[in-house]
Amino acid sequence: MSENIEKGRILKISILRFNPQLKGDKPKMVTYELEEAPGMTIFIALNEIREKFDSSLQFDFVCRAGICGSCGMIINGQPDLACRALTSKYPSGEITLMPLPAFELIGDLSVNTGKFMRAMSERIGSWIHDQAMDEIDLTRLEEKMEPGLADKIYELERCVECGCCISACGTKRMREEFLGAAGFMRIARFHMDPRDKRTDDDIYEIIGDDDGIFGCMSLLGCEDYCPKDLPHQTQIAYLRRKMVNLR
Amino acid sequence: MKIVYTDSLVIGGGLAGLRIAIATKKRGFDTIVLSLVPAKRSHSAAAQGGMQASLGATIKGVGDDEDVHFGDTVKGSDWGCDQAVARMFVNTAPKAIRELSTWGVPWSRVQKGDRQVVVNAEKVTITENDEAHGLITARDFGGTKKWRTCYTADGTGHTMLYAVDNKAIEHEIPVHERKEAIALIHKDNVCYGAVVRDLITGELLAYVAKTTTIATGGYGRIYSVSTNAIICEGIGQAIAMETGVAALGNMEAVQFHPTAIVPVGILTTEGCRGDGGLLRDKDGYRFMPDYEPGKKELASRDVVSRRMTEHIRKGKGVPSRYGDHLWLDITILGKEHIDKNLREVKEICEYFLGIDPVKDYIPVRPTQHYSMGGLRTKPTGESPTLKGLFAAGEAACWDMHGFNRLGGNSVAETVVAGMIVGEYVADFCEENSVNIETGLVETFLKQEEKKIDELIANEGGENVYEIKSAMQKIMMDYVGIFRTGDDLEKAVKGLKELRKRSKNITIKNKIRSSNPELVEAIRVPKMLKLALCVAQGALLRTESRGAHSREDFTARDDKNWLKRTLTYWRNESDEMPEVEYEDLDIMTMEMPPGSRGYGTDNTVHHPDTAKRVAEVEEIKKANPKADRHELQHLLMPYDLPERLRGKNERVGRGFK
Ligand SMILES: Cc1cc2nc3c(=O)[nH]c(=O)nc-3n(C[C@H](O)[C@H](O)[C@H](O)COP(=O)(O)OP(=O)(O)OC[C@H]3O[C@@H](n4cnc5c(N)ncnc54)[C@H](O)[C@@H]3O)c2cc1C
Repeated sequence: MSENIEKGRILKISILRFNPQLKGDKPKMVTYELEEAPGMTIFIALNEIREKFDSSLQFDFVCRAGICGSCGMIINGQPDLACRALTSKYPSGEITLMPLPAFELIGDLSVNTGKFMRAMSERIGSWIHDQAMDEIDLTRLEEKMEPGLADKIYELERCVECGCCISACGTKRMREEFLGAAGFMRIARFHMDPRDKRTDDDIYEIIGDDDGIFGCMSLLGCEDYCPKDLPHQTQIAYLRRKMVNLR
Repeated sequence: MKIVYTDSLVIGGGLAGLRIAIATKKRGFDTIVLSLVPAKRSHSAAAQGGMQASLGATIKGVGDDEDVHFGDTVKGSDWGCDQAVARMFVNTAPKAIRELSTWGVPWSRVQKGDRQVVVNAEKVTITENDEAHGLITARDFGGTKKWRTCYTADGTGHTMLYAVDNKAIEHEIPVHERKEAIALIHKDNVCYGAVVRDLITGELLAYVAKTTTIATGGYGRIYSVSTNAIICEGIGQAIAMETGVAALGNMEAVQFHPTAIVPVGILTTEGCRGDGGLLRDKDGYRFMPDYEPGKKELASRDVVSRRMTEHIRKGKGVPSRYGDHLWLDITILGKEHIDKNLREVKEICEYFLGIDPVKDYIPVRPTQHYSMGGLRTKPTGESPTLKGLFAAGEAACWDMHGFNRLGGNSVAETVVAGMIVGEYVADFCEENSVNIETGLVETFLKQEEKKIDELIANEGGENVYEIKSAMQKIMMDYVGIFRTGDDLEKAVKGLKELRKRSKNITIKNKIRSSNPELVEAIRVPKMLKLALCVAQGALLRTESRGAHSREDFTARDDKNWLKRTLTYWRNESDEMPEVEYEDLDIMTMEMPPGSRGYGTDNTVHHPDTAKRVAEVEEIKKANPKADRHELQHLLMPYDLPERLRGKNERVGRGFK
């Protein structure tokens, strides 16, 4: 097969290496060179680096299809999902990878977004609140919902908790307790859902302060870097108007 | 020595594990979930197309009910399933979906009035009933008589998993993330929990519990190209088998999905064909109607995958640097439909292939997709041989799928089994207490500690990544869609060799805390055992059934092979699994073996089949006044936890 002889260009991938589990380890940039293959993604490249050059390299991938949100990292300065980032997108062939800031570092490119997102879910009560739910008879027809409304809820539910919005958030950098766009999107999603019986006042209790909706400085990093193209700006503006009008 | 005590230990934070955890927590038992990754990142999130439940609300689903769903499931399984379990399943699926609706899943709904759909490559108008407006709708999927697959666009797994995980958070169920169960603790045929490695600190912990549930998903990654997430490595099944007491069922039953993209193997959902997409060859020709004039592209998955492979072998594939493939054409569905209902597919095409499926054909090839095999359980979900050990979801061989599972029946299984098995797990917690000396726990911990010490110290010179990819290649090359005795023998021989080599793995990175190479070194020998179970099971099974297709034994042979394969690994020093069989009793089947209706039927029938067919007829004749529920009960009684026994209501039909 003639294709096999064709040589790919040489990629230079620089990675911030640091293992906090190892006493005395210090952060450093390490550059790896490898041959680019057709259709290569950063997922494929990182695995190759681990298998060929350094088996201690840490990173997180699960679905490797852009669906599960595990692999957010800073790629050439911008937060994105690494699994679906084709190396061919980077014309110079030089790619710099850093872990997402704003999350606890596990090691190298691996950060603890899971812990953060669980805390976020607990903080905002990320579930349907309905006292009567347990009495619903599951043998009977489900409650009806307008088809258009179901579609709209799904639009807001598409967040994969990758953390790109949190990393790109200027406000978050200054306010450690700031909820961030993933949290607002979740609130907006439940607010839109008639099955959730929380009132506007209940929502105010959760986000009606400077760590919540009033803290947002509208720098819109969230909107710019959301890999799922969620309408963060519109939803934040909507929640803010709603909350302002309450008090 | 760190020991964590709980009542209900659930290994796995996907749909099945979380739903079990909610069931036991609701019944008042202390519950802990373990997961390799944050629960919401479990592979369940990647399910796209939908969940089967016979709600019959859309006009194309009218007339659907448990009986039709049961028939499709049994046929789909090529009569390899446990029919009582299939009945438990079909009766609970409508309740499961309605429960998820109350928990917040934004199921797509019926819109009354006219709507254009694509059926058999033609645009047709269907008219939805007024009274169904706003109820949960469904799409068409392979191997089903009715439109039964409920969905939220093509992000069904995501919305289901988020709803269930959010519910678990509401119930304050702790999910211990980045923890890997690496051995089970057991004595005298009772399971007491697991030895668990913290993937960040490297610390080993013992989790001691009244019940242990394996809900760790499939084992697709023993193959080099798979639609599965990269964490689907079957470690849960492997540690259950390593007890020497629990058995794995039907490991050779491995499903290949017709339409994963080439070369990376990412799935495009069956919903593409369900919604009207077509398969085309290198000439742009739609070939499926030639092979399967009845169901065409929507024949059962195993059938479509085989037909595609046959067609490629005839030279009709599209050549590419990654080998031949075929085309999936969804252009006929139009931009609006794709943007709304197939948007994950669209994103995948854009990012990984650089194409627009609204205009371009998608390069696809059959690819490893689903593990029908798993930890063998009773209908209650408990291992028949190791008390207190349960399994649910893809990790289990509860056995509603037999030798081929229908699309949409798997996410449905996870939540349905979660509801059913969850109650039985809670019953077990109620009736039992843990009586176990810490000495025993210590022994198990020490044993795992020692193995890891040895792994780190080993200087045998073998590279774990090389062994892993050699295993994956053997499975791809010799244990694929079409199998032959010669190939399977090569597979077994090669895998045995690799297993020997795996005893000499040397890791370069010698640290104990988070260390991806050490993780591989712990897992790969376990995966090799699973691969041997698959290959050996396939070699011994000299017939073709569902997804197991032997070119040297093309007939389904009920006479000799209407049985479930059980594999045991009784001693670590054994080179091979011990293989035993469990008969499926035709005389208790509600639906005695028949033809699936694909290709020519060359089944070798079992003598009991004719007897049972006559008996079923007699029972029907003798009870002319019985309604369908009563008749079902006469033919094949089955049990369910009391709260799940009720009949299901349908629009326009009530509880009939
Ligand atoms: C791409 C794709 C699309 C699909 N689409 C559909 C569909 O449309 N409809 C359908 O019905 N089915 C579909 N399926 C199948 C279905 O998604 C899966 O079978 C199902 O979600 C499995 O759920 P589960 O809970 O059993 O396991 P998973 O969701 O895989 O969860 C396994 C859990 O176990 C944990 N785990 C694993 N090993 C260990 C260990 N050793 N220690 C601790 N934790 C561990 C993991 O961290 C994870 O939390 C699809 C499958 C794929 C691959």
